[in-house]
Amino acid sequence: MNDIIISLQNISAEYDGEKVIENMNLDIRDHEFVTFLGPSGCGKTTTLRIIGGFVEPTEGDVFFEGKKINDVPPYKRNINTVFQRYALFPHLDVYDNIAFGLRLKKTPKEQIKIKVAEMLKLVNLEGYESRNINQLSGGQQQRVAIARALINEPKVLLLDEPLGALDLKLRKEMQLELKRIQQALGITFIYVTHDQEEALTMSDRVLVMRHGKIQQNGSPEDIYNEPINAFVADFIGESNIVGGVMHQDYLVEFAGVKFECDDKGFEPLEAVDVVIRPEDFKMVSVEEGQIVGKVESITFKGVHFEIIMEGHGLKWMIHSTESREIGAMIGLTLDPDDIHVMRKMEESVI
Amino acid sequence: MRVKASSYPYVAWALLFVAIPLGLIVYFSFTDAAGSFTLDNIIQAGIYSNVIIKSVWLSVISTVICLLLGYPLAYIMSRSNPITARTILLLVMLPMWMNFLLRTYGWMTILENNGILNQFFGLFGLGPFEMINTQGAVVLGMVYNYIPFMILPLHSVMSKIGNDVIEAAQDLGASPISVLSEVVVPLSMPGIKTGIIMVFVPAVSTFIISQMLGGGGNQLIGDIIELQFLGNAYNPNLGSAISLVLMVLVLMVMSVSGFLSDDNLEERVL
Repeated sequence: MNDIIISLQNISAEYDGEKVIENMNLDIRDHEFVTFLGPSGCGKTTTLRIIGGFVEPTEGDVFFEGKKINDVPPYKRNINTVFQRYALFPHLDVYDNIAFGLRLKKTPKEQIKIKVAEMLKLVNLEGYESRNINQLSGGQQQRVAIARALINEPKVLLLDEPLGALDLKLRKEMQLELKRIQQALGITFIYVTHDQEEALTMSDRVLVMRHGKIQQNGSPEDIYNEPINAFVADFIGESNIVGGVMHQDYLVEFAGVKFECDDKGFEPLEAVDVVIRPEDFKMVSVEEGQIVGKVESITFKGVHFEIIMEGHGLKWMIHSTESREIGAMIGLTLDPDDIHVMRKMEESVI
Repeated sequence: MRVKASSYPYVAWALLFVAIPLGLIVYFSFTDAAGSFTLDNIIQAGIYSNVIIKSVWLSVISTVICLLLGYPLAYIMSRSNPITARTILLLVMLPMWMNFLLRTYGWMTILENNGILNQFFGLFGLGPFEMINTQGAVVLGMVYNYIPFMILPLHSVMSKIGNDVIEAAQDLGASPISVLSEVVVPLSMPGIKTGIIMVFVPAVSTFIISQMLGGGGNQLIGDIIELQFLGNAYNPNLGSAISLVLMVLVLMVMSVSGFLSDDNLEERVL
């Protein structure tokens, strides 16, 4: 495909002698909103910094529009970054911060004026031109940082946990806003976050990372509904993960009960991880239940109740809009497509 | 008001050792030996205008050299890892633990006509060069003695400039030179101003350095003032007047060039 804008080939990176990225291969298409998602220390920020040119990979090549850019310094790359803590210039006001990139390019003054006004409109900060940076709230600083990066009309915008310092409500607003900006400008966004909800909300494609490796690469729906292993399942949303045995295609046993499932292609009697989303349980009477147990605790979570049930020697997390009494005996049933069977990971992660 | 009470010792200190001596200097400047009011001292101080100009000129040169030498070092320190930075800082501070006179004597033995440097040049049949008792030697002495006062404030301001701000500038297209001129220099301006004051003010009033390294031919205004108090020319009234003129000149120059103006830069940057 020719619309690949950034390509990482066999990239490895070390930090203080420790491997933080291992042999990564990745293509990012033009106009795509791609998110690196993972816990801290998984190598997601390092990957972003390699694309931005701030970290040199120890091995492998970085391509931008088909050209190798390993040796191109950050200031010569047509890529801009929104930094984690904004990194605005404290000695400049809002206007001068945003105009910074164009001034370096010796753009004529009148043109800068027009473009800054355009950017301020894009990020909803009209009238803030002459404010000092420290007079702005966190959210406003974030908008300035975005405007300052976008005014250079980069082909690719890198965003390093840009919403991490904002409160929940503002974060949700900015998520929608960023998505709107990305669609309006049609440029590639590469986003780094450890917030799975943020990743699912905004992205066209999510890359779940762990220990410097991409665990899964797919659309938000795929990642959520078809996690490739127990780590991804656990990291994306909440899940019950139990050990089980695959008896044959479409038949798995866990918690001492055999269940029909949609999975196949395992060895006979292969040990597997079984992942069940808490919202997929259906609460029924004890007689009807495939799994039976006693309610241990109930927490009100707003939209739903979180019920912890003990049964078959395990604890089960259930999300339901219905509540039950603590101590009540209940039964649970599952449909075959609620059960996700996956190969055991080499190392235990949970 | 506990805060207020705890400030009394400092107020007393400032009165005793700053305000009263300053008042005395002003008083002596405008009186004669008998204690009656006169403007003669101030007028007489004008005789030394050439010396004052020379003192200011040599101090300006020294301050510029301190800035040119100190700035890159402070920048390197602020961008290196903490251990390296601390080692350099220690090396910068180390000479300051030695007595000022001793350090300057050290330079005398190095620069003398049959001193270490000339003996070294002599090995190659060069020289002897006349290095001691020149203006150059005075400037060298000033730079050597006062450069830590340039480096320290620069270092403390620069180490507060975040790496992310520098990366942001690179990201927006700034070459290494633009990073320096557009971001690092503006953000370190408070340190540059402090450093210039800390070097220029002691340099302009020094007398030991000029006496030891400049010989008789390079008297600076500090030497003239010293003569009025401790030397043969004993005349504290004239000495006070010259001091006052120098002080007023320095204050005027600094306020004109904006060094004392409060533009809140420090507040915004730090």
